[in-house]
Amino acid sequence: MSISEAANPRGSVVDRLRDALPKIVLSPTVAIVAIFVYGFILFTLYLSFTDSRILPTFGWVGWKNYENLFRIRAWDTAVTNLVIFGVLYIVICCALGLLLAILLDQRIRAEGFIRTVYLYPMALSFIVTGVAWKWFLDPGIGVEAVVRGWGWTTFEFNWIKDSDMAIYTIVIAAVWQTSGFVMAMFLAGLRGIDSEMMKAAQIDGASTFALYRRIVIPQLRPAFMSAFVVLAHMAIKSYDLVIALTGGGPGTATELPATFMYSYTFTRNQMGIGAASAVIMLMTIAAIIVPYLWSELREKK
Amino acid sequence: MASANAKSSFNLARFVLYTLLAVFCIYYLLPLYVMVVNSLKPLSEITAGGMMALPQEWTFAPWLSAWSSAQVGVEATGLRPYFLNSIIMVVPAVALSTMVGALNGYVLTKWTFPGATILFGLLLFGCFIPFQMVLIPMARMLGLMGLAGSVPGLIFVHFVYGIGFSTLYFRNYYAAFPTELVRAAQIDGAGFFRIFWRILLPSSGPIAVVCIIWQFTNIWNDFLFGASFSDFDSQPMTVALNNLVQSSTGVKEYNVHFAGAIMAALPTLFVYIVAGRYFVRGLMAGSVKG
Repeated sequence: MSISEAANPRGSVVDRLRDALPKIVLSPTVAIVAIFVYGFILFTLYLSFTDSRILPTFGWVGWKNYENLFRIRAWDTAVTNLVIFGVLYIVICCALGLLLAILLDQRIRAEGFIRTVYLYPMALSFIVTGVAWKWFLDPGIGVEAVVRGWGWTTFEFNWIKDSDMAIYTIVIAAVWQTSGFVMAMFLAGLRGIDSEMMKAAQIDGASTFALYRRIVIPQLRPAFMSAFVVLAHMAIKSYDLVIALTGGGPGTATELPATFMYSYTFTRNQMGIGAASAVIMLMTIAAIIVPYLWSELREKK
Repeated sequence: MASANAKSSFNLARFVLYTLLAVFCIYYLLPLYVMVVNSLKPLSEITAGGMMALPQEWTFAPWLSAWSSAQVGVEATGLRPYFLNSIIMVVPAVALSTMVGALNGYVLTKWTFPGATILFGLLLFGCFIPFQMVLIPMARMLGLMGLAGSVPGLIFVHFVYGIGFSTLYFRNYYAAFPTELVRAAQIDGAGFFRIFWRILLPSSGPIAVVCIIWQFTNIWNDFLFGASFSDFDSQPMTVALNNLVQSSTGVKEYNVHFAGAIMAALPTLFVYIVAGRYFVRGLMAGSVKG
């Protein structure tokens, strides 16, 4: 490069342009991310300190929106629901995913077919899942009506209409949709385990149960980490499923932060409070994602 | 004797194993069964408590109604126009984000520069943010750009927030591509685009499929952006399906709802069945970075 620059000064502009070409190609993405991700985050952050109602306005109110937010009953419900939903969702998905992965790892005939069946819900929209489960769990036509039709006339299953139990129907549908994905992650982890070590343990007379508990499961730690991060961030972002399955109801019984943010911002015209709730969602996700990305990208080097 | 015992207990274990696997197959397939079966029977059979039964009278009417005449929101258009909206939205958004992702991945691995990893980290973080954080400014921005409530507006939004994942795929894929080949081509005088076009792109087939499937599934299944940034006539399929099901006027036509749900699911299910391997690879690469 330097030779041609010296020999032909007119070419240097072209050369420099050529050297800059990779960065020029990357620059639209940089601009897009700077504006539409980080610029927008700052904008919403700013709005959360303003008196915005229907439209963004810029009267500074300090921490007032956050103070109000934590006084709102619906936000309290949403956060409590997220904790219940998030914990159950993550624990059940991991337990079920691990069980299915171990079952499938026993040299099963038709493994490919079974895996396809376990994983297909992941290809569906949460709206589709929500519609299917909404009517399946509906006491009027779904499980309850069907079991009663079979002769058990006192059978009751009306969680979806019961404010105390409705949140668990969200867990049921969400686990159905994602557990196959967790299974696939664990299965990939299982396949990566050194088989020599397992054989050695088997020769030493370890039972299958002990084998999994002592040797296999500890080695799945990275898969557990990934599953946790993915599931936790999906739980916090859960919106579509609630809208389709219960609409946040009965009443506000299944409200989550994501639905709270939407209704306060766009239907109740409390944009400042909506922005504050979005900021809290972002902080929660960042607390999970940033350390994860940090460690993933550092390992790469 | 001992070996016979071991063998029978082994067989019992296999039997339990296969039974468990079969039970879980039923668990995952049950909602699909419910959707299909109930989309093919008259409403009266469902309301009479026959949700789990096969149709006594098979009918295709719920499908026709869901497609072309059911009440969606205020108009009785069926889901057809919204299905078309989704297609018009998904094709350019997938194409654009995949192309930009491929170029980004190429630059970030073969023309790397100080700070590239940090930049990539910032880009990736953008994939995981709760999109509630960008709804308000994006609504304004689309208004300023004259794209509010339109399909092109949705294309733009999906393109913007699809870049992160497509860059991730191509970057990780190109990282394993021998850099010596690129350097050799450079010495032979090939330029930036020529190397990309002639050397990297021809071997990018698998990752392009992974990326296209991932983007297609995500964008087709999106609800939040669709619900936030569309008008009545630019709604994508997911939003229209939700409106169909939630509309409170008149009798609830469960069979039509189920038919509509299957319609909304068919494109992504089709892709999953045809190219499931790539779909799974995309899922994995999006979580356990490889």
